[in-house]
Amino acid sequence: MNKPVKPEDTGPILKVVGTRPIRPDGVEKVTGRAAYGADLHLPGMLIAKVKRSPHAHARIVSIDTRKALALPGVKAVMTSADMPDLAAEHYEAGESASNLRDLSANVMARGKVLYHGHAVAAVAATSNAIADQALDLIDIVYEVLPHVIDVEEAMAPDAPILHDQMFTAGLGDTPTKASNIATKHRLDRGDLAAGFAAADVIVETRYSSAAVHQGYIEPHACVASYAADGQTQVWSSSQGHFVIRGLCAKLLKMRFSDVRVIPAEIGGGFGGKTTVYLEPLALVLSQKSGHPVKMVMTREEVFRATGPTSASVVTVKMGAKSDGTITAAQIDLKFQAGAFAGSPVGAAVMTSLACYDVANFEITGWDVVTNSPKVAAYRAPGAPNAALGVECAVDELAEKLGMDPMAIREKNAVRNGVRAPYGPVYKNIGYVETLEAIKSHPHMAIPLGPNQGRGIAAGFWFNIGGESTVNVSINEDGTAIVSTGSPDIGGSRASMAMMAAEVLGIGVDQVRPIVADTASIGFSTVTGGSRTTFATGMAVVQAAEKLVTDLKRRAAETWGVDQDQVVWQDGAAHCLQADKAPKGALTLAALAGSAGKTGGPIATVVALNAQGAGPGFGVHVCDVEVDPETGHVTVLRYTAAQDVGKAIHPAYVEGQIQGGVAQGIGWALNEEYVFSTGGVMENAGFLDYRVPVASDLPMIDAVMVEVPNPAHPYGAKGVGEVPIVPPLAALAIAVRHATGARMHDLPLSPSKIRAAIDAKAG
Amino acid sequence: MSKQRTAAIVNGDPVEFLSDPGQTLLDVLRDELHLTGSKEGCGSGDCGACSVIMDGRLVCSCLVLAAEVEGCRVETIEGLAAGGTLHPLQQKFLDHAALQCGFCTPGLLMASKALLDANPDPTESEARYWLAGNLCRCTGYDKIIKAVLDAAAELRQDRKSA
Repeated sequence: MNKPVKPEDTGPILKVVGTRPIRPDGVEKVTGRAAYGADLHLPGMLIAKVKRSPHAHARIVSIDTRKALALPGVKAVMTSADMPDLAAEHYEAGESASNLRDLSANVMARGKVLYHGHAVAAVAATSNAIADQALDLIDIVYEVLPHVIDVEEAMAPDAPILHDQMFTAGLGDTPTKASNIATKHRLDRGDLAAGFAAADVIVETRYSSAAVHQGYIEPHACVASYAADGQTQVWSSSQGHFVIRGLCAKLLKMRFSDVRVIPAEIGGGFGGKTTVYLEPLALVLSQKSGHPVKMVMTREEVFRATGPTSASVVTVKMGAKSDGTITAAQIDLKFQAGAFAGSPVGAAVMTSLACYDVANFEITGWDVVTNSPKVAAYRAPGAPNAALGVECAVDELAEKLGMDPMAIREKNAVRNGVRAPYGPVYKNIGYVETLEAIKSHPHMAIPLGPNQGRGIAAGFWFNIGGESTVNVSINEDGTAIVSTGSPDIGGSRASMAMMAAEVLGIGVDQVRPIVADTASIGFSTVTGGSRTTFATGMAVVQAAEKLVTDLKRRAAETWGVDQDQVVWQDGAAHCLQADKAPKGALTLAALAGSAGKTGGPIATVVALNAQGAGPGFGVHVCDVEVDPETGHVTVLRYTAAQDVGKAIHPAYVEGQIQGGVAQGIGWALNEEYVFSTGGVMENAGFLDYRVPVASDLPMIDAVMVEVPNPAHPYGAKGVGEVPIVPPLAALAIAVRHATGARMHDLPLSPSKIRAAIDAKAG
Repeated sequence: MSKQRTAAIVNGDPVEFLSDPGQTLLDVLRDELHLTGSKEGCGSGDCGACSVIMDGRLVCSCLVLAAEVEGCRVETIEGLAAGGTLHPLQQKFLDHAALQCGFCTPGLLMASKALLDANPDPTESEARYWLAGNLCRCTGYDKIIKAVLDAAAELRQDRKSA
C-alpha cells in the first residue's frame, strides 16, 4: 500500500478524505445482489434480438419481414423504416457531439450496411428461441459492394467510398469529390523548417496500432417499457443515463419528460457505454408490441457492433540539439473512425506533444471512415495511439544522442507557465514531480538480466469538468443522503460519501450515496472524461457546505445568537457564547430531530458546470523479458506514477491506475481486431481476442503524486484515463531494449517479435 | 421439444426446474431460479463471470447444460455468505478494494473459494494461474490477488484456532 507523494503538504487537516473506507455499494456487489443491465425481469417482458449484416459493405435492396412476423410468439419486427429519418444534426452528448443522422443509421442501417455486424432489423418475441428463429425468417437482399478497412487504404484516391456525400473538411477549399477522409485536423506553432535546421540529430519513425475493444465484461443490456400514453421507462447499463435519455428522445422524436431512464449498475464501460446501441430499438419494439422488451448483446455482438477504438498510423519526425533540447516535431496521425466520422484523432492531435515544451511543431490528423464498427470512446481516446509514436520517437532520439531517457524528458518537460501545445497555459501541473517520482523509485535501481529490457514513457490527458446535479438531504436522525446523476463505474459513490462526510463532520458510514434516475435529479452528463470525482464531487461539497450554513443558522436561532457566533465542527454546531448554550453543542442529529421548528426539512440541491479541471500526467516504467525462442513477452515489473491532485479514496485511485495499465499492456502485447479478406472480424470472442488475465501480469505499483488542483475543494484531479496513455510506448520501448530490435506495429505478438529478432540476426 | 424436469440442491436448498434441452445451467440460475448474481460475460466459457461450484468442482455455468445438474449440489455467489455474515473472501475483497464495476466479482469469488478449498496456502503465482479463467477488465488483478492471499491467511488462522 503506497502513501501518496506530496511535494508540498498544505491545506486543512482531513478526517475522511484520503482514507480507505469500504465502499457503500460493496456488500451488494460481493453478494451478487447488485442489479446490472441484464438482471431486470418484468411481467410480460419480451426478448428482442438483432438481425445483423453478413457483409462489410452492401446496399440493402429489400427487407421482407412478413415470415418472421407470422411466426407464433413474435410480437414485433422493426427496421430503420420504423425510426424517424433524421437530418444531420449535432447533439452535444457526453464528451463529444453525436451526429444524430449517423447515430440513427448506426443503431439500425438505412440504405446501406457499412460493416459486418451492422444492425438491419430486430424482432421481439416471447422467448429467446423464438426470437432466434424469427431472425432466420427475415429475408434481406443485398447488393454487395467493395469494402475497405485499413486506414491508409481507405485514404487512397481509388478506395471504395462509404458515404457519397462525405467531402473532406479542413482542407481549406471544399472538395468536389467524395472521400473517406471526413476531416483533416491541424495544429502548429513556430517555424518548423528553422526548428529542424537547428537540430543536431533528427529521427523519423512510424508506429501503428490495431483496433482494440474496451472489453468491459458486461455486454450491453437494457429493458424498455413503453406505455400507451407515451410514458416510457428504460433500464439501462450506461455511463450516463441522461445521455441515454437525450439520445433516445432525439432519435425517436420523443419528449424528454416522457423518457425516464433508470441507471442499472454498470459492468465496465471505459468510454464505450457513453452512447446508445440497443435502447432505441427496445423502445420502438416495446411501442410496437405493447410489452416491455429486454435486449442483451452476446459477446460476439459486442465485438462486431460496438466500440472499438481506432486503429492508427502515426509518423513522427523529431529533431534535437546535442544537449537534448527538442527543436522541432512534425507528427502525422491517421485514425480509423469506423463506419461513421468521429475518430478521436482530434484529441490525439492535441495530446501528442502535451508533455513537451517544443517551440516548433506541426501536427496533422486524419479522421477516416472504414468498413468496421463505428469507434467509441475508450479511456483517454486517441492519446495512447499518439503517445506510442511520440514516446518511441523520443526514445529513439535519446538513443541517438546517447542520453538517458529520463534526462531527455526532464530537459523538455512542460512546467507551470508553459503554453500547452493545444492552447492554454499550464497551471498547477505535476509533470516534473511525476518524473521525479519515477526517477527516485527503487524500481529504477533494479539490475536487468539477459533478454530483459526497461521502457519508460510519459502520458497526458486533459480531464474535464462539466455539468452535474447533486441533492444532499439530512434524515430525521441526522444521517445523510447524497443523490447524484453520475453512474458509479468504479467506486465514485465512495468518494461522494467521503466528501459529504468530510464537510458535514460525520462518519462516512452515516452517508448513503445513491445514483438517481433521470426523473429524480437534475441533468448530469456522463461519467467520462475523468470528471465525476472532480465535477460531481465539487457539487457534493458545495451542497454539503450549503447545509452546514443552514444548520448554523438553525443553531443560532435556537440559541438566540448571531450566526457568526456558531462554528460547525465534528458534526455539531458549537456556540462561541457558552452561556447561551447551557446544554452544549447541538449535534446534527439534534438539529435534524427539531428541523420542523427551525424551518422544515434540511435539504439542498446544487447544479453546476464545473470549471478548472486539472490536466493529468503519468510516467511509467516497465521491465520485460523476451523469450528469444518463442517471442513471448513476460512483464516482470511495472511502476506507474501519476499526478492525481488529491486522492479522495487512495485505494480506488490506485485501482484506476492499475486497471488502466493492464488495459494498456493488453493493447501493446495481445489485443487486436483481426479481419478476414471479406471484412469479417475473425476473433470476436474472448478466446481469440486475448485480454490480459491474472497470470499475464505482475503486481502493478501505483505511485500517487499529489499536486493539488485549487479549483477542487480538496485538490482532486481526474485519474481514470491518464494511466492507459503511456503503456503502449513503455512496452514497445522495453521490448526494443530486451531484443535490440525496434518494432513498429502493435500488438507485439510473439510471431512479430520472432520475425524482428530473426531479421536483426539475419 | 418438451421440457425436462431436473432436481438439484442449490446453495443447500432443494430445487426443481423445467428446462429446454439447449438451456444452460446459467440460463436456469438466472431466468428460472432468479439467481442473477452469476453473470454472463461471454457465453463461451472464456470470461468466468458465471463461475459456480458443482459437486465441489469449479465450472463455468454457461458451459453446463441445465439437465446435467440432476442430483448435484450447486454453490453460487448467493450462497457464499453464511446468513448475514460475509465469507472471508467477500470481506477481503471489500477491505482491499478488489472490485471496481463488480461485474466479474461473483465469478471471481466463487473461483477463489474453489481455489482455497483445494489449496489453503496458494502462492501468488498459483493464485494467478488458478484465476486466469476469470477476466477482470477494471482492476489489473493486483488488489484481487492481494485480497485472495489475505483471505487465505485468515482462513488458515481460523482453522488453527478452531
